Amino acid sequence: MNNNWELIISGSGGQGAILAGIIFAEAALADGYNVIQTQSYGPEARGGASRSEVLISKEELAYPKVQQCNLMVALTQESLDKYGPLLADGGTLIIDEDIDASALNTSIKVYKAPIFTAAAKLLRPMVANVLVLGILNTVSGIVSMESLVNAVRARVPAATTDINLAALEEGSKIGKELSAKAFKGGNI
Amino acid sequence: MSKRLIQGNEACVEGALAAGARFFAGYPITPSTEIAELMAEKLPALGGVFMQMEDEIASIAAIIGASIAGTKAMTATSGPGFSLMQENLGFAAMTEVPIVVVNVTRGGPSTGTPTKPSQGDFMQARWGCHGDHPIIVLAPSSVQEVYNLTITAFNMSEKYMVPVVLLYDEVVGHLREGVELKGTAEIINRDFPLVPPENYRPYATGDGLIPKLAPFGSGYRYHMSGLSHDETGFPTGNPATIENLVVRLQDKIEKNRQDIIKYKAIDVEDAEVIFLAYGSPLRSALQVQKQARARGEKVGLIQLLTLWPFPHELLTETFARNNADFIIPELSLGQLADEASKSVPRDKITRVNRNDGALITPAQLEQALKGVR
Repeated sequence: MNNNWELIISGSGGQGAILAGIIFAEAALADGYNVIQTQSYGPEARGGASRSEVLISKEELAYPKVQQCNLMVALTQESLDKYGPLLADGGTLIIDEDIDASALNTSIKVYKAPIFTAAAKLLRPMVANVLVLGILNTVSGIVSMESLVNAVRARVPAATTDINLAALEEGSKIGKELSAKAFKGGNI
Repeated sequence: MSKRLIQGNEACVEGALAAGARFFAGYPITPSTEIAELMAEKLPALGGVFMQMEDEIASIAAIIGASIAGTKAMTATSGPGFSLMQENLGFAAMTEVPIVVVNVTRGGPSTGTPTKPSQGDFMQARWGCHGDHPIIVLAPSSVQEVYNLTITAFNMSEKYMVPVVLLYDEVVGHLREGVELKGTAEIINRDFPLVPPENYRPYATGDGLIPKLAPFGSGYRYHMSGLSHDETGFPTGNPATIENLVVRLQDKIEKNRQDIIKYKAIDVEDAEVIFLAYGSPLRSALQVQKQARARGEKVGLIQLLTLWPFPHELLTETFARNNADFIIPELSLGQLADEASKSVPRDKITRVNRNDGALITPAQLEQALKGVR
């Protein structure tokens, strides 16, 4: 993979897609990357499909928005339907196993993961956003686990730190399983 | 020092506090709300005061009062609130009270498009209030620049005893980037009178152009008025005194243009095409300028950090030397291009305008560049 990442994390308002983007950007910044994080505001951000954009690069960044999205997380069908077309050819998509991505271009590598089942097992469905960061980072290998853990600690409410770190670990585990499958050329 | 990931509006608060601001009065409005929110959180811990006012007229009145009492003060708003502030902005200019007004711009006119960027307040920031008033307008384009220029805004307002407007669009206000919050920036504070209270005339500037206004409550008793006034601060009808005042108010800015006007010039020396921009369109221009140079095209860029006073001498000199074509992207119908056309012939300016709330994209500017070359 290259060193320029254009990531979109999308979901329905309240799922924490924006916070997930901030956490990931903060981890990348700590690892020495240049980063820009933006998000949709206003009516667009409430309910419906909201999105967080993160640009990560070793080079200086100027234009603050995604131009060639090569990495995407979609937490709902609606958000995939809305933002999926922004994924460039050869890009990587991470979605919940219940989401249908058959409309997408076949050059896109799709990772289907039991995001919400795994989050529910942790008894806090609200940690799905951090759980998916574990998957995202294991699959993409962009930032160090240490920086990601620090960013989660810095950005989630103090009372939820432990459960969020558990979610991050669970996500990493799922990510490793998915990567192993991908390596063997199996269905991911 | 490691970088912190913060929003433009957060950087504005950090810059203001670093500059010594200890009073904020405001009426929250999108897309500037985070500034009020953070000020409310941070000021009390520093012994400062945050006041939520009933509207923007009261907000600017309150910061003028705080500054007259000697405290560095700021308010933040967006277009609709900035319109309401114009009368008192003129009062601060006339009475020479240093204040910083942040206008995080959104689509207009009227309540317009609250959550989308625009640059339609470019002219209003200079000419929104009546009369030939002095004012300085600064325009950051990145989160780091928001931090740096907020400090500069306070420094310039204290140095020149003038209101300073910090103008940046919604995208610059809301995007998050890595920022270094340096603790060593130079901080300028207004001069205190050199004469004892009994000999004090607040608007006597001696050989200089800038008055030394004593903080109210410091033992110096004097009058302040938005009416044309003499050196004592009391209203006057004397034609020569009025003339001197109006000219001095202008001169204290005009004669310090070199100090006040800040910009960045990239690859301009041999440029045949030059982008001129500020705010979010600047970011697109930066990318395209870099791409064009990489292709070997002689393309340069001028980024304006000071919008007003407008750097006409820079554009005049650059054009005289390069005879370059200018591409001016802006989120308005062409307010910046109109002003620039006083120094660069209209037929050498390509305008790229967007008013739909979306950003001007690098692809759009590549297209414009093709059209020029």
